[in-house]
Amino acid sequence: MNVIILGCGRVGSTLARLMYRDGHNVTVVDMLSESFRRLGSKFKGQRLVGNGIDEEVLKRAGIETCDVFVAVTQGDNRNIMAAQIAHEIYHVPTVLTRINDPVRADIYRQIGIHTICGTTIFSGLMRDFINTGVWNIAKDYNAEYLSLNV
Amino acid sequence: MYIIIVGGGSVGYYLARTLVKTTHEVLLLERDRASHRRLAEELGEVVMQGDGCEVRIMEEAGGARADAVVAVTGDDEDNLVICQMAKRQFNVPRTIARVNNPRNEELFHRLGIDATVSSTKIIYNLIEQEIETGEVIPLAALKRGNIEIVEVEIGPKSPVLGRQVQELPLPQNALIISIIRHDHGTLPTPETRFEVDDSVIALVSADREHELRDIFAEPVG
Repeated sequence: MNVIILGCGRVGSTLARLMYRDGHNVTVVDMLSESFRRLGSKFKGQRLVGNGIDEEVLKRAGIETCDVFVAVTQGDNRNIMAAQIAHEIYHVPTVLTRINDPVRADIYRQIGIHTICGTTIFSGLMRDFINTGVWNIAKDYNAEYLSLNV
Repeated sequence: MYIIIVGGGSVGYYLARTLVKTTHEVLLLERDRASHRRLAEELGEVVMQGDGCEVRIMEEAGGARADAVVAVTGDDEDNLVICQMAKRQFNVPRTIARVNNPRNEELFHRLGIDATVSSTKIIYNLIEQEIETGEVIPLAALKRGNIEIVEVEIGPKSPVLGRQVQELPLPQNALIISIIRHDHGTLPTPETRFEVDDSVIALVSADREHELRDIFAEPVG
């Protein structure tokens, strides 16, 4: 699959490494070239410096032919705008975005953008752990992350 | 009308200052505390501190009864989200966004924003108008009948130089009413010849304006 990841922070870079290792064609876009250091030496996908809400940059990243578009920059509104460009203008089949504000996450989920809100997920997981003493996570993502460095 | 302005930079500040003198009710939202304090000292109670992208703040600001929300921050993504939230959550009938990157204008319309303003584009258009000679500049539009009064400067390469008024293939519904030469307005006769730096004042129907332009324009290149 052709995958574009906007934002090369901790989440963006880790997702890029996982998807690359799974054999996908991955392009990462970030405003700062030094962010790409997080990708490490094994990542051989595309790196593109640019503003992810600029359509020219997104075209260069290959948005017209991409299957999955992920927006995980630091800014909720930046993610929202980029996700809408991918969804409404370029009709990318799968558009995922992180929105930390639960209210905004809910609103944009209703208009068809797959939204992950760290605020509600983390607080819910922690509350459940406090109550039950059990982590309600189906899979050991930490082990998978550690395996990236092997 | 109740108008909420989001973003207390220069645009938001002057807009709020202009609107408070009218009969409209105005609220200016500014996120930054220090900027908010400065604005509130001058404009008083019409300034409120808070992030216009937060539904809770918009609720407090009275978004539900707003007739218009105007988003004029320096970030296009914020202006987009402010307007979309105003529409979706509060059914605000009119949303207006400032667009910093002129390429976002069309995108914003497609994403449901009612009106956009791009100062970059406006200034660019003005520059274009200034540098093109032989351009037809509208001076006034007559209220009825679709007739405009326009001015054309005759440049050194204009194809009409040395020719008489009667020789011009003027379109129907066009009339040369005056030629201003060395700051003196004259009423031309059919025999009057055009000289360089003449300002030609003409009446023309709006849909024939381009034909007038074709007659006077300097060849490109």
